[in-house]
Amino acid sequence: MSGTEIGLALSVFLACAVEAVEALTIVLAVGATRSWRSALSGVGAATLALAAIVAALGPALTSLPIDALRLVVGGLLLIFGLQWLRKAVLRSAGLKAMHDELATFREEREAARAAGKPHGGFDGYSFTISFKGVLLEGLEVAFIVVTFGANQHHVGVAAAAAAVAVLLVLVAGIAARSPLSNVPENTMKFAVGVMLSSFGMFWGAQGAGASWPGDDAALLAIVPSVLVMALLMARVLRGMTAGAHAAALDTHAEHRPVEAAEQAVGA
Amino acid sequence: MMRVEMFLIGVWDFIVGDDWRTALGVALALGVTALLVAANIAAWWVMPPSVCLLLALSLRRAAAGVGHGPDER
Repeated sequence: MSGTEIGLALSVFLACAVEAVEALTIVLAVGATRSWRSALSGVGAATLALAAIVAALGPALTSLPIDALRLVVGGLLLIFGLQWLRKAVLRSAGLKAMHDELATFREEREAARAAGKPHGGFDGYSFTISFKGVLLEGLEVAFIVVTFGANQHHVGVAAAAAAVAVLLVLVAGIAARSPLSNVPENTMKFAVGVMLSSFGMFWGAQGAGASWPGDDAALLAIVPSVLVMALLMARVLRGMTAGAHAAALDTHAEHRPVEAAEQAVGA
Repeated sequence: MMRVEMFLIGVWDFIVGDDWRTALGVALALGVTALLVAANIAAWWVMPPSVCLLLALSLRRAAAGVGHGPDER
């Protein structure tokens, strides 16, 4: 297995695991509160829809000329990667709330209860919420599987990495019988953002006709560089946040004697 | 018509996300790379600083907008 293939498999595995954790949380909430049978039917239908999308998109993408494919796929992966990375850096800097699966689980459970009791054997609410959750979380992963796989001509490796990730999350979810709140989701999202941005930059430039020094070996410099850049930005943002917080506390402390004096004179 | 509009909005949200400026910047950087290649100038160096700049600008916008609304897809 080459370094590029390992990078491909790792990126797909991590992205798929993160999305599977989020989808599992939604399914657990509606399944436990309303109807397991209907919720699992929704999961099955969404899985079939995703398989159809991958089957339709895969051959269509592989029939494109390699440079056009790399330009389009590289650009899209880079846009995706920068979005993942931005959110992960903001979370790491404390400017955005960490994704809390337990909180999401509680919110979904309350919404499921508020929707009223299921009528008859089949519960449309459980089916729809599970279907939408799995389809939306899965679409992003399906896109990554198809684009990574098609670009590297290794759809099998990408699909296998995705399947292993989903299976692992499923087994962990069944074993825990609760939302997987201990998964280091932000770290995984950070890693996926770094990988998508790096591969996107590499393929996008190649698709535009540029040649990287060292060809594929350039990825060995690109991936760590993007990681260091993102970590530095997170550190700078953390410092700015801490500085602003300290300044706010100082201002508050400066006003305290004035407030105390005003209280003393009954102002 | 409504369904078509909703579908197009969904596709836009899925691909471009909540920061269209970054998507536009990526397209521009790739365009500059292609132009340099067409002029027989080495162009691999365009993307790394562009990505760094785009992420920094996107983070600055997001940090400035903290508390101005949700930023969740």
